Amino acid sequence: MTLFIQQLANGLALGGIYCLAAIGLTLVFGVLGFPNLAHGALYMLGAYLTYFFLTDAGMPYVVAILAAAVVLAFLGVVLERLVFHPLRNSPHTHHMIATVGVMFFLVALVQEIWGTGFLRMQSPVGGQLSVLGAQVSWQRIIIIVTAVVVLLLLTWFLKRSPHGQAIEAIEQDRTGAALVGINPSMVSMVTFAVSLALVAIAAGLVAPINLLSPGMGDSLGLTVFAIIILGGLGSLPGAIVGGFSIAIAEVMASTYISVAAGEAAIFVILIAVLAIKPTGIFGTVAQR
Amino acid sequence: MIDRLNPRLLGVALVAIAMLLAPVVFSEQQYLLRVVTTAAIYAIAAYGLNIILGLTGQLSLAHGAFFGVGAYTVGLLTTDRDWPFWSAFLVAIAATTVLGYVSGLIALRTQGAYFAIFTMALGFLIFIVIVRWESLTHAHSGVSGVKFPENIGPIDFTEPAVMYYFVLIFLAAAAYTTHALLNSNAGRSLVAIRTSEDLAKSIGVNVAVSKQLAFTASATIAGLAGGLFASLNGFIGPDSAGIDRTFEMLLFLLIGGLGTVMGPLLGSLLVAFLFEMLQDLETYRFIVLGPIIVLLVIFAPRGMIGYLNDLVPARFKRRATTMPGDPATVPVASPTKSEVH
Repeated sequence: MTLFIQQLANGLALGGIYCLAAIGLTLVFGVLGFPNLAHGALYMLGAYLTYFFLTDAGMPYVVAILAAAVVLAFLGVVLERLVFHPLRNSPHTHHMIATVGVMFFLVALVQEIWGTGFLRMQSPVGGQLSVLGAQVSWQRIIIIVTAVVVLLLLTWFLKRSPHGQAIEAIEQDRTGAALVGINPSMVSMVTFAVSLALVAIAAGLVAPINLLSPGMGDSLGLTVFAIIILGGLGSLPGAIVGGFSIAIAEVMASTYISVAAGEAAIFVILIAVLAIKPTGIFGTVAQR
Repeated sequence: MIDRLNPRLLGVALVAIAMLLAPVVFSEQQYLLRVVTTAAIYAIAAYGLNIILGLTGQLSLAHGAFFGVGAYTVGLLTTDRDWPFWSAFLVAIAATTVLGYVSGLIALRTQGAYFAIFTMALGFLIFIVIVRWESLTHAHSGVSGVKFPENIGPIDFTEPAVMYYFVLIFLAAAAYTTHALLNSNAGRSLVAIRTSEDLAKSIGVNVAVSKQLAFTASATIAGLAGGLFASLNGFIGPDSAGIDRTFEMLLFLLIGGLGTVMGPLLGSLLVAFLFEMLQDLETYRFIVLGPIIVLLVIFAPRGMIGYLNDLVPARFKRRATTMPGDPATVPVASPTKSEVH
């Protein structure tokens, strides 16, 4: 039972990370209509930036994460302007190829700056908390709490703020939104900025409990794609439900079966969903 | 007289003659001949990807892995099992065909973004299997001592020129297959699917069967190229099966021209020499190539062949073979639609 609670806490923390990363991905898909295959690489970059701001620039942990989020949000605007805006009338295949190009560039850039080896980031908050006999590290509790707070803020942003409502409007009906005077270029930029800020926060939260490496985005990229496919591309509730269920399935499979089973669980879920119901549980967006 | 000569045919003939003469030109520079042979092998793989991406319009990110499966089949059978190259090569072709067929059964239930994500996951899964299944694949230490094709009578494949011509036969076959597809009903069905699946369905194209055949054939060709690569190179590691391979094939296709007959070949040759020049900058390579691929899809989505085509007088042009991104195939967007995003 103690082990179960322990692993449940781990699963919830991992689920928080997955949700933050998956929501950014699903927002971009909902608004722009293509999957950002560089999402995993951007997560990796977010982790390295947090490491840089914390270790080399000597900022406090929270400030370091926020600084990384701001840098990635800015990068999102730049990418949207320089890469995806010029492609707006091209077939979606071209968008996806461009995101693959961005992915290779980012991985090579990080290898060049920080090397190909592993980096360890000290956890700024040590210690553990005893929950029903299980020991849960403070870092994991911070992850869970932060993820919930960020998700609530994001919901408020999407439902209440003009920019957020514009994003939702474009997701629901592009032509209609444009007709009522919503500026689609602006919405695309804001979406990219929010998406990349979210993935940077996810990376900054996970950095102290995982090793950093240029390849760390590869498996996360696939996991978040599995999540948004499970939940339905473009669906926010789908990303949240999918994020927590895949994280808990992964943690439980690796605890009670084997580590390899945890890794395989993601692929099994992904392949099963695609084979049985390719539009996902909450899928409403038509396949493109 | 020169006026009546089809410039397109002339171009193909010149490239063919240049390819045939390569061993004569490079007879004193064995190293360069090897570079061209390797480029020709990559070109074969690019022709494979061209069928599913260039003709059918489905972005497959698993083709590097199919290449790797072909390479590992030849590599492992000729070393650990001590098979002759020829039978291992046949098994490699059969294995990638079966793998392509079976994964196509699931992958082709999806379209567009879902298809790209699924194939990316499939490619990653195959890569993970190669890295983790150490007792079979030797994981990171890779497979060394892969056999060359055994002599057939007096034909000695250790002779670089012989190996080159051996590869050239498959390259010509791949290019010819593409040419034949573009001029047959089967190929036109694929191009119709690229333009619009619903439209293709409504005019009676059997979309499911066409896509399944295209995907299987493209996997087979990629696997065949992998088998040739393992033999020529003598060593293969997990990198041979990674997504980097897929990315390189994409680069060849984009530079040469998606969905064209000569594009994959010209793109591969050009990039092969570019890679040679960038070899000193091993890690910088992708810092340069990433932006190149982005610039290509934005500014030159039709590749070299697209621009060469513009030089061909209008009366020689065919209608059915325009490429994706070609202004002629992109539907004119309504003002509101083009404004969105």
